[in-house]
Amino acid sequence: MTAALEVKGITKSYGAIQVARDITIALQEGERHALIGPNGAGKTTLVNILSGTVTPNSGTISLFGHDITKDSSAKRTRKGLVRTFQVSNLFKKLSVLENVFLAVSQKESASFDFWTGAGKRRRLIERAEAVIDQLKLTDSINDRVSEIAYGRQRLVELAIALALEPKVLLLDEPAAGIPHSETDILLDAVEGLPKHIAILMIEHDMQIVRRFASNVTVLVSGAILMRGSPKDVMMSHQVREVYLGRGGADRFASDSLHA
Amino acid sequence: MKTLPRSSILSRYRLHLADILLCVVPLLAYLLFPKYLALGSMVLVFALFAMSFDLLLGFAGILSLGHAAFFGIGAYTAGLLAIAGWNEAICGVLGAALLCAAVAGVAAPFLLRLTGLPLVMVTVGMSSILLEAANKASWLTGGDDGLYGIRLRPLFGRFAWSISGETKFLYTFAWLLVSFFVIRRLVSSPFGVALQGIRENSSRMKLMGNSVLPHLIIAFVVSATFAGVAGALWAQTGGFVGLGVLSLDTSIDVLVMLVLGGLGSLYGGLIGAPVYLIFKNFAQELNPFYWMFFVGALLIVVVRFSRGGILGLIESSVTRFAGRKKQR
Repeated sequence: MTAALEVKGITKSYGAIQVARDITIALQEGERHALIGPNGAGKTTLVNILSGTVTPNSGTISLFGHDITKDSSAKRTRKGLVRTFQVSNLFKKLSVLENVFLAVSQKESASFDFWTGAGKRRRLIERAEAVIDQLKLTDSINDRVSEIAYGRQRLVELAIALALEPKVLLLDEPAAGIPHSETDILLDAVEGLPKHIAILMIEHDMQIVRRFASNVTVLVSGAILMRGSPKDVMMSHQVREVYLGRGGADRFASDSLHA
Repeated sequence: MKTLPRSSILSRYRLHLADILLCVVPLLAYLLFPKYLALGSMVLVFALFAMSFDLLLGFAGILSLGHAAFFGIGAYTAGLLAIAGWNEAICGVLGAALLCAAVAGVAAPFLLRLTGLPLVMVTVGMSSILLEAANKASWLTGGDDGLYGIRLRPLFGRFAWSISGETKFLYTFAWLLVSFFVIRRLVSSPFGVALQGIRENSSRMKLMGNSVLPHLIIAFVVSATFAGVAGALWAQTGGFVGLGVLSLDTSIDVLVMLVLGGLGSLYGGLIGAPVYLIFKNFAQELNPFYWMFFVGALLIVVVRFSRGGILGLIESSVTRFAGRKKQR
């Protein structure tokens, strides 16, 4: 079976600093994969490379067996590779509905309709409303994005991604900045996605990782340290060392024995 | 489907009070001020020019200081066609518009790879080159003397172009209405909404699957086409084309009119052009030497009190008034 997303030997350096060293990852259709690693490990850089905003020095990326390494970010998105941003990247002066409408309109190739009033395209509006409703944003539907709470802006970010009906979805710390009371809305939405979508999620919160992912890749200093099930990764002494330093890892290990 | 608020950019297709005013006010002016029809025609021409520029700057977010190039190409084309003997007015305008679309279509893919200040610089550069070329090519353009002797056949073979300017005024007004209708449809459509998305955050639009450049090129070409229509009308109603139509001053004038009226709604140019030109006309009558002083003061006052221009001023006072009413 061809993988949904296959990344082979991706390398990227800025001058002497290597931010990606020979990274190889494969995501099967429907896989839920978490990418973890300490700050500065190159997680977001990897997502930038995958989504086409950063060009790698070498390596290939393919989507369902088709090489997309040379495709523009717009083309990758049209082919079904969709990403979200760690820090909300939205149309701040526009309303929630208008933000999601833009995505739906792109997905339905309506952005070359020059003649119909946008608000008359009922199917597009209804689709946008459905996604907004799914993320429990209906109360804010006509509010400007800049005027709603940051946690809700994060949900708009996800709404845009869902409206694009991705085949492979890259989530860059989707829960960052969302109050704990609302992370469930986010996770429910992610879990409610069609089963065939492959998802790569960058996440720090191990509870979320355990709930969400079947596979975990650990990235350290631009290279893959290990991969395995959430449980294996959490038990790994090597991984703890990276996060907590050697002494911390030992203490953590003895703590969890007692727990 | 829930009801869309009127203020949403998705609701632009709905009929607005300003649309009715646009149809009525020029006709009222026509009836009430028959002595000022020449000035009136000029105002309508610049309102159209400013509206075309609003599509570019207000909707697509492209700041060009070379938009006069298309106004000028339109003006010279219509003028030359008439002098060459093709003096049917409507075809003259269509010819001018077509040429502008073609020139814009060739220039846009190169220009629009730039943004911000580099784009401003290149547009200034290109329009300066065009101005100098028109100056040198005096066999074609008349150089410093300009093109004169532009005469047109009666409109539809029936309506003569009277000295007092009734035909010119109504003819220009008809072109303004048709152009407004087309541009209004364009900015209200999903295409128009996508343009505003690009203006707000073009990198995000790319990551939603929009290649951006094709949208900008289309907006640029349409904008140039209508700038060409305005230029052609300028030549036909004025009967003369001078090098001034291509100058940087003309590009700046249209920018000032638009900012004065308010960006990004199509109505701003329609307010800004008359206010600017009528104010300028009377300031010049009042003091032929220091009139720029008054125009400058007007600009400072309006921009100081409202970032959205005159239109923004009207909108905010309406909301304030409505808010006060609600409180009672």
